[in-house]
Amino acid sequence: MSTAAMPLAAASASPLRQRALALADALLPALAALAIAVLGFSAAVAVAGHDPVEVWALIFRGGFGDAFAWQNTLQRAAPLILTGLAVALPAQAGRVIIGSEGALVLGGLAAAAAGTVLAAQGAWLAWPLMALAAALVGGAWIALAGWLREWREVNETISSLLLSFIAIALFNQAVETVLRDPASLNKPSTAPLPDTLMLPPLPGLDVHWGLVLGIVLALLAWGVMRLTPLGLALRVAGGNPRAALGVGLRVPLLTIGACAAGGACAGLAGAVEVAAVHGAANASLMAGYGYTGILIAFAARFSPTGVVPVAILVGGIAASGSLLQRRLGLPEASVQVLLGVAFVALIGCETLRGRLLARFGGR
Amino acid sequence: MDANELGWWGVPLAILGGAIRVGTPLLWVSLGETVTEKAGRINLGLEGTLLMGAMAAYGTAFVTGNPWLGVLAAAGVGLLLGLLHGLLCSLNRVNDTAMGIALMLAGSGLAFWLGKPLIQPSAPDLPAIELGGFTDQPAVRAALAISPLFVLGLVLAFGVHAALGHTRFGLRLRVVGDSEPAARAFGLQPVLYRVVATAFGGACAGVGGASLSLVVPGAWSEALSSGQGVMAVALVIFARWDPRRCIWAALLFGGASAISPALQALGYTQGYYLFAALPYVLTLALLVGLGKPGPKHGAPGELSLNR
Amino acid sequence: MQDRQPMNRRHAVAAAGALLASAAAPWARAQTPLTVGVIYVGPKGDFGYNQAQAAAAAALKKLPGIKVVEEESVPETVAVQKSMEAMIRQDGAGLIFPTSFGYFDPHMLAMAAKYPKVRFAHCGGLWTQGKHPANTGSYFGYIDECQYLAGVVAAHATKGKRLGFIAAKPIPQVLRNINAFTMGARSVDPTITTRVIFTGEWSMPVKEAEASTSLIDQGVDVLTCHVDSPKVIMETAERRGVFCSGYHASQAALAPKGYLTGAEWDWSTPYGLLVKAAQTGAPHPNFLRGGLKDGYVKMSAYGPAASAAAKARADGIKAQMMKGSFVIFAGGKAGLKDNKGATVIAAGQSLAQTAPELERMGYLVEGVIGSIPG
Repeated sequence: MSTAAMPLAAASASPLRQRALALADALLPALAALAIAVLGFSAAVAVAGHDPVEVWALIFRGGFGDAFAWQNTLQRAAPLILTGLAVALPAQAGRVIIGSEGALVLGGLAAAAAGTVLAAQGAWLAWPLMALAAALVGGAWIALAGWLREWREVNETISSLLLSFIAIALFNQAVETVLRDPASLNKPSTAPLPDTLMLPPLPGLDVHWGLVLGIVLALLAWGVMRLTPLGLALRVAGGNPRAALGVGLRVPLLTIGACAAGGACAGLAGAVEVAAVHGAANASLMAGYGYTGILIAFAARFSPTGVVPVAILVGGIAASGSLLQRRLGLPEASVQVLLGVAFVALIGCETLRGRLLARFGGR
Repeated sequence: MDANELGWWGVPLAILGGAIRVGTPLLWVSLGETVTEKAGRINLGLEGTLLMGAMAAYGTAFVTGNPWLGVLAAAGVGLLLGLLHGLLCSLNRVNDTAMGIALMLAGSGLAFWLGKPLIQPSAPDLPAIELGGFTDQPAVRAALAISPLFVLGLVLAFGVHAALGHTRFGLRLRVVGDSEPAARAFGLQPVLYRVVATAFGGACAGVGGASLSLVVPGAWSEALSSGQGVMAVALVIFARWDPRRCIWAALLFGGASAISPALQALGYTQGYYLFAALPYVLTLALLVGLGKPGPKHGAPGELSLNR
Repeated sequence: MQDRQPMNRRHAVAAAGALLASAAAPWARAQTPLTVGVIYVGPKGDFGYNQAQAAAAAALKKLPGIKVVEEESVPETVAVQKSMEAMIRQDGAGLIFPTSFGYFDPHMLAMAAKYPKVRFAHCGGLWTQGKHPANTGSYFGYIDECQYLAGVVAAHATKGKRLGFIAAKPIPQVLRNINAFTMGARSVDPTITTRVIFTGEWSMPVKEAEASTSLIDQGVDVLTCHVDSPKVIMETAERRGVFCSGYHASQAALAPKGYLTGAEWDWSTPYGLLVKAAQTGAPHPNFLRGGLKDGYVKMSAYGPAASAAAKARADGIKAQMMKGSFVIFAGGKAGLKDNKGATVIAAGQSLAQTAPELERMGYLVEGVIGSIPG
């Protein structure tokens, strides 16, 4: 290399190179995780006696192969977007909440109760009130975890987990006794919602409006975080609480608020499940959406908009389990293993972030 | 008949027996997690480890006919999973809360997948230690037929306490868990201690699972664990990271689960779901009461929960 | 709820008659290939509820022209709707068996509305004329008849006069079993009592083990249950050396010494009727109910611990049930009282197995120690 040409080359290639490097660095963890997950799961099914290529083809077909598969996937993704937000939003303020399952069931209960009380009203009056009830109850429950952290420095991860178990016990007790519909003899349940109050499916699709609610809330959260002073305040409070306090931000209020927002999303997930799928609050609400949402939020690195594609991917993989069972006799647990391995890989490959930049960047 | 005399004092007997039976897996998992957390690492994935241990124990016991080999297999499987968690979390930027939950998902899925052929067969159980030989009443004898894993758990609890408090390794582990700069100043390698501690925690959780599948309820099924792995994390906090207190905490949590059937057997049936919530309410109350657990409570300073 | 029972009973009898007629006519036996989909809420090999359904599905596979697709561990959420739909669209299923109670409303009904040409047969649901579409139906068995007989056998085996019943949830089908078991035992010896413990969930092995131990500690020497998988309870009973009586399927292999008998399903009977109707194009049977007489339920073989006297007595009552002349839920001379002292069936009144009051049962009869959790 001639010494005369070098400075010129360095000056013009550097920004592009930097950007390419930044992109590669950002993609590396995800791609590495993908490779590990694919190889790992392929090895597992091969040991179980199946052809990995056939398995992957079925997974693709079952989750994303045709319109029916897509509807199945989106239907499953709808509550996952909301429970993913339930973890992603408090995380913006630096709080790791893992108790969204509890907020979900309590929110669903509140919505069912509100719907029963408002049964005679029109949907346009009842729905916002049901949503409000669910959001308030779910939000308050997680805000409690946030508040305990502020008041007594109780770690919110543990307290939200404990509160989740308590919430599930309260839910079971209420559904079987106080709020039980006397006609629901063989499956304890709250009074069923009238058909007028059931959420309809999206026009032309077999997916309910809960999907749209989730996407709208995700976009709203992104907008608030990126475009408003509140979002900035939240990020500062989450990133460096001392600095935030130093500039006069009301950190406790912000963090509890973020927790409440997350809890509200979880509550709304419960409300949507009640109003769009079950028509009443009962044990079927506890389908593990809360715990899957935790992993989705982590995988999306707490980005509210990132939660949406991850939730859809997870929904698609989960949806393919049915096809795998019927065609290959692979048990439902195999899909759970795939998701688990994928998450382990994704969370583990975070360690690769920044390594490319450190090694090759900044000349 | 003798049993008629049991009546009312059957309740404390049943609760004690139930506390031991239900508390044994909790004891093992919490002991392992205590060591892990004392080294500054949290493992939320113990539910998956517990299930894998239970499945491995049941399968090995069924195939070999020897339940103790099953226990050994469970410990081995748990060790591997704990090792995995420890190694992965040692990498930079890997969040141990998330990794734990992800391993829980993967571990329980794998346990269910591999355990499918184990739902039907019957594997031999671990023989009980009969302490009630002095009495003729079958109920007393049954309550005093202690699971050998409970006795081993007691021994382990005191052993861990002694090791943590009075050995060089234990001291170093605690330093690693309390303050990483101090550990490095002493020339210790925190990663090594944490990985070893997490692997040990996993092995214990595996044995806890073996207790479920080989003692009580003594069968493998997909509903075997109702959150014992996660409950143990709360238990460790409740016991304030002291292995000896883990014994009492495990008995308390186990007893709370056993109260409901015992009372129902006598005709009291109100609010049985609320009993299920009792251990969690107690733990939460304790956390609120403690405030931020500091060194005087035995809390490791490097634990991400306490930062 | 209106009294729609006579209508449905006639409907069922008529449907059965039509099927018998079509079965007898050789030209009507069409071997139309049919794909049948079966959906389970848990694993097939659970020694309990799902296994009983799977046994019937396995029997279907042997029939000519029948292809069976199965899916296990499908939760009672929208996932089951998608499973049903996938079976219809991807596998071409013409008859679907969603076997768990919670699949009925809204899931099965939603799919039935969407695919009116596909037949759906639900286990345990209350199909109602006018309320539910014609391409749906429900089947169930009067297994309380078997529990009554099991109670009779238990009465002969128990020395302490204390029986134990571990129940999942206090729903009418479960209460009916508890009551029948108790009444069967008390018909032999009126001093016998049944202690009941509710675990709160269909499948909670730890709680079931605890409940078993707790009952045995209270002096119970015969255990039976109504949970999804009786395996743990049977094994605990055997370990403690007490007798046990099975449920859903035969657990005799688990308790070689203590197994007295058991109440089992024979779902191959309704499955067979439904499949035949689908193959021949006959109308879908909407409401199938039956007991021992109709082959919907059966008793496990007697174990070595069942005494000759017990067998003789139980067989005698069974013969009456097979003729249709035995009524379990009758007021008798003094009326049937619940365990709080109220009279739930008036003196002289007798309720046939098809009576709607039985499907709404909300009491525990005299002799049951325990109460419905509230």
